[in-house]
Amino acid sequence: MRSAFSALAGSLLLAASCLFAQNGGVQVPQSIEAGSSFSLQSAGSGKAALYIVGPNQVLKREIELGQSTFFAPGSLYNAGHYLVLLKTDNSTEKSELNVTATSKPSEVSFLARPSRLPVDLHDGITGAVYVFDVYNNLITVPAPVTFELLNPSGTKQTQVVTTHNGSAFTAMDSTRQQGADKFTARVGDVDSTRIVGQVPGDPCGIKMSAKPAGRQILLETEPLRDCSGNTVPDGTIVTFTESYADAQATVDVPLKRGVAQVDMPAHNGALLSAASGVVLGNQIRWEKQ
Amino acid sequence: MLKSLLALVILMNTLMNATAGQAAAQANVRIESSVSLKGSRVLEPQTASVVIHDYLQSWHSLSAALEQNRANLLDTDFVGTARDKMGDTVREQATLGLTTHYHDRSHDIQIVFYSPEGLSIELTDTVEYEVQVEDHGAVIGSQQMHARYVVVLTPTEARWKVRVFQTQS
Repeated sequence: MRSAFSALAGSLLLAASCLFAQNGGVQVPQSIEAGSSFSLQSAGSGKAALYIVGPNQVLKREIELGQSTFFAPGSLYNAGHYLVLLKTDNSTEKSELNVTATSKPSEVSFLARPSRLPVDLHDGITGAVYVFDVYNNLITVPAPVTFELLNPSGTKQTQVVTTHNGSAFTAMDSTRQQGADKFTARVGDVDSTRIVGQVPGDPCGIKMSAKPAGRQILLETEPLRDCSGNTVPDGTIVTFTESYADAQATVDVPLKRGVAQVDMPAHNGALLSAASGVVLGNQIRWEKQ
Repeated sequence: MLKSLLALVILMNTLMNATAGQAAAQANVRIESSVSLKGSRVLEPQTASVVIHDYLQSWHSLSAALEQNRANLLDTDFVGTARDKMGDTVREQATLGLTTHYHDRSHDIQIVFYSPEGLSIELTDTVEYEVQVEDHGAVIGSQQMHARYVVVLTPTEARWKVRVFQTQS
């Protein structure tokens, strides 16, 4: 009965570590893998209560000293540092036990930002991962994570980053072509994918023409494209401005089928211009036709 | 970069000397240099101090919840996996007639990762704490423990909450 735990030596049948820690008469493994089965063989006779206590899990077993106590797979599955107590009628033995995450990834928590961004932006897309095992324990041993950014045209950026304390991150450039890219993080045979929309950037330039239309002037842009050649999306606002004498008229026009057009009053000597965002187009001085 | 991080550590030490007394009772709190901080996002000193403050508060919630077997006490400071696991522990304890008392004595904290999009912060904490176990009101035993925790926090409406809370061997 005395020091019942001391008789546990050599009787722990573990799938994981078989190292033992001694703390007085208590002998328990230093470490086991989460969810693995194990058995305790105690000596002596009579009843005792076995407690395995941690913030993430608690177990209690009424055991018969001198018999084997089997913990089935999945009994102790939360990684953590546990206090082990064996309480008999007249003593309490204490020890500590580490339960480590399993080494096989089961889930990748993947944070990818942003979901939509302009094309051709350096380090514009970021991804961070945390790697978990089947019991939702963070796997803190280093593991390689493959990040892939796949464009609809088939071009691919790949980076391999090793986790540290269970996390890893990357930054990638948005590609020069608009479309929905697949951003994937893969660890072992587990992966997680996010869609990153790449949209045209600001117009690279604005070229406007003017022609008479009755008593008005018809102003029209050429199709607007960004500096990578992608068509600027319909709905983008182009601002036309007409300045004459001391007056000024301004009209905001959304792009339709890539171009913007508007009729403005024909004032002799008026200065006509177009702009979108921070991009200025050409200027035209209107002379009486 | 190195200079600013060292400045951050000094500021955090100053701030935490003030907050430690409130947040972790008599627990000693030491903030380690974050010169090896991973991530492309700059960690502002104010962010760091708030994160550590909220993390230290979580030890109070943990302690109260496991002492009173009230899972709802975890809601202030825990979310996701950490909340689920500790909530399960509270239920297991209640079923078994157990209560546990956690008293943190000292923390040695290092922020190791700030994710680029700002939605998670990871820290390590070498903690010394005492655990006492009671079974149906009778003290079974207590032990001084020493463990290195890995903690991931995420921002919520008003505070950073602990999403991952486990030890590292």
